[in-house]
Amino acid sequence: MSVTASVRKPLITGGKTAHDVTEDICRQVEGKPTQLWLTAVAISLGLLAVGTYALLVTLWEGIGKWGLNKTVGWAWDITNFVWWVGIGHAGTLISAILLLFRQKWRMSINRAAEAMTIFAVICAAQFPLVHMGRLWVGFYWALPLPNTFGSLWVNFNSPLLWDVFAISTYFSVSLVFWYIGLIPDFATIRDRAKNKISKAIYGALSFGWDGAAKTWMRYESVALILAGLATPLVLSVHTIVSFDFATSVIPGWHTTIFPPYFVAGAIFSGFAMVQTLLLVTRKVYKLEHYITINHIELMNIIIMVTGSIVGIAYITEFVIAFYSGVTYEEYAFINRMTGPYWWAYWSMMTCNVISPQLFWIKKIRTNLAATFILSIVVNIGMWFERFVIIVTSLHRDFIPSSWAMFTPTFYDIGVYTFTFGLFFTAFFLFAKFFPVINMAEVKSILKSDALKIEKKEEIREKQEI
Amino acid sequence: MKESKKTYWKGLEELAQDESFEKYAKKEFPEYLPVNLQKGGFDEDEGSSRRDFLKLMGFGVAAASLAACEAPVRKAIPYLNKPVDIDPGIPNYYASTYVNSGNYCSIVVKTREGRPIKIEGNTLSPVTKGCVDAQVEASVLSLYDDARLKKPFLSGEPSSWSEIDKDMIDKLRSISSSGDKICLVSNTILSPTTKTVIADFQKKFSNVQHIVYDTYSSDGIKLAHNNLFGKPILPSFDFGKADVIVSFAADFLGTWISPIEFTHQYIQNRKLGDGKKTMSRHYHFEANLSLTGANADHRIKVKPSQEGLVVAQLYNFLAKKAGAPGYNISKVDIGFIEKAGNELWSKRGKSLVVSGSNDPSVQTVVARINDLLGNYGKTIDINTPVNYRQGNDGQFADFIKDLQGGRVGAVIFINANPVYNHPQGSDIASGLEKVKLKVSTSDRMNETAVLCDIVAPDNHFMESWDDSEPKPGYYSLTQPVIRTLFDTRQMQESLLTWSGNSESYFDYLRNSWKNKFYDKDDSELGFQTFWDQVLYDGVYKHVTPQETATGNDENSTDEPLAIIEDLSAQFLEINKNYKADNNGFELVLYQKVGLGDGGVQANNPWLQEMPDPITKSTWDNYATMSLTDAKSLGVVMSAEGDTNYVNITLEGKTIKLPVLIQPGQAARTIGIALGYGRTHAGKVGDKVGVNAYPLASVSKGVIKYTVHEGVDLAIDSEKTKIARTQTHQTIMGRHIIQESTLDAYQKDPSAGRVHPKIATSEGFKAPQKITLWKGHDYNNHHWGLIIDMNSCTGCSACIVACQAENNIPVVGKQEVLNRREMHWIRIDRYYSSNEPDEGLGKIQTLRSLEEPSDNPEVTFQPMMCQHCNNAPCETVCPVAATTHSSEGLNQMTYNRCIGTRYCANNCPYKVRRFNWFKYHDNDQFAEANPSMNSNLGKMVLNPDVTVRSRGVMEKCSLCVQRIQAGKLKAKKENRRLVDGEITTACTNSCPADAMIFGDMNDPNSKISKALKIKAKDKTNVEVGEPRAYHVLEELNVNPNVFYLTKIRNKSSEGEEA
Repeated sequence: MSVTASVRKPLITGGKTAHDVTEDICRQVEGKPTQLWLTAVAISLGLLAVGTYALLVTLWEGIGKWGLNKTVGWAWDITNFVWWVGIGHAGTLISAILLLFRQKWRMSINRAAEAMTIFAVICAAQFPLVHMGRLWVGFYWALPLPNTFGSLWVNFNSPLLWDVFAISTYFSVSLVFWYIGLIPDFATIRDRAKNKISKAIYGALSFGWDGAAKTWMRYESVALILAGLATPLVLSVHTIVSFDFATSVIPGWHTTIFPPYFVAGAIFSGFAMVQTLLLVTRKVYKLEHYITINHIELMNIIIMVTGSIVGIAYITEFVIAFYSGVTYEEYAFINRMTGPYWWAYWSMMTCNVISPQLFWIKKIRTNLAATFILSIVVNIGMWFERFVIIVTSLHRDFIPSSWAMFTPTFYDIGVYTFTFGLFFTAFFLFAKFFPVINMAEVKSILKSDALKIEKKEEIREKQEI
Repeated sequence: MKESKKTYWKGLEELAQDESFEKYAKKEFPEYLPVNLQKGGFDEDEGSSRRDFLKLMGFGVAAASLAACEAPVRKAIPYLNKPVDIDPGIPNYYASTYVNSGNYCSIVVKTREGRPIKIEGNTLSPVTKGCVDAQVEASVLSLYDDARLKKPFLSGEPSSWSEIDKDMIDKLRSISSSGDKICLVSNTILSPTTKTVIADFQKKFSNVQHIVYDTYSSDGIKLAHNNLFGKPILPSFDFGKADVIVSFAADFLGTWISPIEFTHQYIQNRKLGDGKKTMSRHYHFEANLSLTGANADHRIKVKPSQEGLVVAQLYNFLAKKAGAPGYNISKVDIGFIEKAGNELWSKRGKSLVVSGSNDPSVQTVVARINDLLGNYGKTIDINTPVNYRQGNDGQFADFIKDLQGGRVGAVIFINANPVYNHPQGSDIASGLEKVKLKVSTSDRMNETAVLCDIVAPDNHFMESWDDSEPKPGYYSLTQPVIRTLFDTRQMQESLLTWSGNSESYFDYLRNSWKNKFYDKDDSELGFQTFWDQVLYDGVYKHVTPQETATGNDENSTDEPLAIIEDLSAQFLEINKNYKADNNGFELVLYQKVGLGDGGVQANNPWLQEMPDPITKSTWDNYATMSLTDAKSLGVVMSAEGDTNYVNITLEGKTIKLPVLIQPGQAARTIGIALGYGRTHAGKVGDKVGVNAYPLASVSKGVIKYTVHEGVDLAIDSEKTKIARTQTHQTIMGRHIIQESTLDAYQKDPSAGRVHPKIATSEGFKAPQKITLWKGHDYNNHHWGLIIDMNSCTGCSACIVACQAENNIPVVGKQEVLNRREMHWIRIDRYYSSNEPDEGLGKIQTLRSLEEPSDNPEVTFQPMMCQHCNNAPCETVCPVAATTHSSEGLNQMTYNRCIGTRYCANNCPYKVRRFNWFKYHDNDQFAEANPSMNSNLGKMVLNPDVTVRSRGVMEKCSLCVQRIQAGKLKAKKENRRLVDGEITTACTNSCPADAMIFGDMNDPNSKISKALKIKAKDKTNVEVGEPRAYHVLEELNVNPNVFYLTKIRNKSSEGEEA
């Protein structure tokens, strides 16, 4: 394992030993479900049930159950899609890019972040599916499968098709990456398991991990290869999602700035979501020594930086709209600010541009409550960003006779609720049955830091005596 | 033959008479069978076992489920004896005539496999010249209206014709013998033969009176002509010959007398082109913004209480010039009178003044003005009076008095519904109680029919024989194009039966024609040939020997002299009835272009959902109000149609209507559409809007459609919504509408055109010059469409024609409110906004552009799929469900569509329509969309066009099925297509010929000539016509639809005159 200079502050505090790590993390998996957890799962399932109702009614009756109309063909569906995909960016960024940059602090957060990514992408994927008028054929017609329709083939010009590839690739790579990381930890749980069922399940999940040096070596190299594969995906997925808009002709969509702007926004919202989830997990699972204030601060800095990038992108869009001299483009942006959806625009501006600037203040970025609130604010802002881009651009485009308003119905909200239910149910199940911190990796950073601290403390104790 | 006694045994067992064998020997299966169903048991004794039961059950379940798997049987039964001329898949066309209470149109009905599915105009007609309007187009759906009675009714119970006839004849005899009056009440009847039938009826029973009224009376004009010339006639007008048109609230393009004809005439003198650089100038004085007012060059707001004074003022102005006596009149200062007067005077004999008023004094003055201008014999023809409005308000008022006085023994309502559509409907309803015999021939249980003892339902006109005479000498025939769908009988036949004539109406009609028009010889064969020809043409112009002697009467120059020149009586009346400064609210009752009088077609969902050309609202009537009045009353109307109710009280009658803020509405006036608030029209039409007929009044023998005083308004705090298809009213300073004035056009034909340029590193370039698109090869045809915005009046016939042709679902009011109407063609209506003040910021400028002017200029822009050559929709569809054809069409493959809606989002013209729900076979839409939800309604569907399922996108296909049919016909005949052979539904229905469809690859086609195509390559069609432009040219989506600039003949001297 690599060595970290002793001058660096320890990443894991509290003088944890390798055994402590195993104990701390496995305790949650091995213990009985707590009252709190059961309540949380019950609420999530409740959301899921309401959402499933809305979803089923939509599928049965038609997309007309939503508030869409002849002018606004996408609203909550694609807003939610982009929002969830954006959230799904943090996991891979943390595990892949930070791995390549050898940012060791990522080790205590990457597991949960990756899990979040997987679940967020699953939630995101619901929308491109559900938003189709004819899901039953869209399922496979959107895939370039050999068929019996003669020369009928997908349209490779369509960004929606690129989405199909981008999302499915991203999902597969993230899933594999996450799972490979889980294998040594599953083996640990397997080895500790006392009852046969756990042993069998975790045994199967751990793919016969034997902990041999050779196995570790292979594990490390696979992780590195996957990190290499996943890195471009972090950039490509949201780039391609942004093409859905950028390649169109609609003022407010047709913008070359979209790819970097979307990627920054995705990381921004992804980190905010990681914060939201980890602050809770940390508290409930008493992982303060693993996920330290240092972690939280570092993530807040990333939020601040990406938030600023997003802010610059917003302003750039405006400048370009005016600079272009195109009536429609100018109107689209004036309409965002002052039109009937001004409140969405200003919510977005407040939440995404102004609020992250508070993280310049050290007190705020190291304050747990403030971080928690701001992490939620950021994701509200990012939802509004997508809403603003999609709905306010569509609702008043070229031909004024077709201008219309969009009002969500219960079913719009319901299908969004469905993904919340799905996400939290999955996340809580993960938090209970899977190790929420990568034990194997975290142990690697103990050796260089925590042990030394322990030793120092022992020496000090002796001197005092 | 000796009988044989030989016996054969089946086996030794039989011979031995073995007991166990004997037991089964007589059974079908002599060997042991473990089942004994007869005993009903599977018990051990009978040898049946549980295993057998399970086997049988298993087989049964498997068989039942296999049977259930079978596809449902759909019957397609071929003709055993194929009728001549009916080939499955090939349409038949029959010339016929649409007549609906005085509204007339000569038509051709398209039938498929015996079902009428579409109406087109009959180009052979000298009257309507192949034009139709929305109501005519929609009437095909009324044929399949489920609200039509399916049987005759006697005392509210279904009955049979024989019973009805017996009852009827008995009662008529007794009433006739008792000497009571028998009244036949009808709307205008255009059929001369029907009138003979009525005359026969009158002869048969003594004391029979035929009373005629119109749902929107024009009696005033007739009384005026009687005053002036001693002839109570409605003259024919020719708007095409007039260079200056002044209309006082006569909505002649929309609803006044004969809008189809007038639109066609009017537009002849509005078209511009190489040979013609002039057009008529049209002044319009009115309170409501009507379709005609929207098309006028100068529209001046006049309150109904001032209208008479304004007309009088114009008279005085012209009288001075003509040296005729002038009269004292209260002065109204509304401008434009002198200007209009001067122009009228300079175009004497080439001008036309019309008024929509039903006030005989006003109409007399108008007639006198035309007389002073020498328009009689030029633009007005009193020698060919029209028959469209034969109603006699005075006679009808007497009838009501008779009713109430109990002097009427029997009333037969001949397809008339006065309880609903006469201002005194409630008086009629109460008076009817005193009548012994009340009969209606209405096709449905309408407001009048429910009060009747006998309802003898008439056929739909498509199931009937009839003739009509819109003008003297101009005849046309109505022929049945389908057998009667229900147990109904033609009204004329009922009357014949009741008058004791057993002849069928067809024979009666034919004989009457033979006697009247066929004088060559007596041979049946000769007449049959004549008859067949008339039936084939649908129209017949009868030239009397007298006419042949004097030449064509249309050009006769004998100007009728005014018999009465003294108008002082009229001026006295006008002075009394009109005020220059009325302060109270006034009402104007008008008809909507779609629903008209709300008669038979109120239950027609196509018309209910057709957006009103002006307000763009559907499924409702409302009180139109100016913005100032709305503000002062505290009405708040949001962009999406939320609005307040207003309670309008007049003489104790209160009606509650939503307020619609209408730019161009004269201050302190309220416009309310008639034809709504039906209670017995059918599922579609009932409870839509509020009935405004009771607000009209009968004064001095004529019906008055305006109320000058006594109107109380109270805003209700309750909010409601008006379902409008367009909620943003202005063009926002964009170049989507390109327009200019005639003066500018005469100097530069490309006036008003905007040529966008895109900045590149090499300077500004035309958008076509910088493109990633490689273009398309169109080796055979290249379809294109021109829309002349100068010709389009916004009448919306195309919308309904398209709906009928392309099986477009009706979605109902709620879905229109949700902004999900499905029309493939829409007519965008834009109001001009005031020029923004200089020095305003960008945001304020845009804000001010959003507000329509107080009296806006109106532009209509039909908008449908532009069939872009560089189509943004085509690139974004992930499954290639929308693609480009080799003939320039952008085509939808419904089967392939997965419904992502990306194409609709990316369409700059927003013309794509998504099937949000399943609109067919769905109870949710059963009421609004009967044409896809009942077996009866489905008969109207065009079998050549797919009924789209839910979840797919659809849009204008440029009637690809018609193109295909045309191409196949040409191919079968081994020839090239002839230009004009193929038309789209919209093009074909346009009474203003505002659209030209054709092949741009054919240099001799009408479209190529109109566009003056200079050069064509893969990427671009270079057009020489200076007025032609693409909407949103800067996007370089390169549409195949071209628009021609709108040219207004505005006076260049500015607004003030």
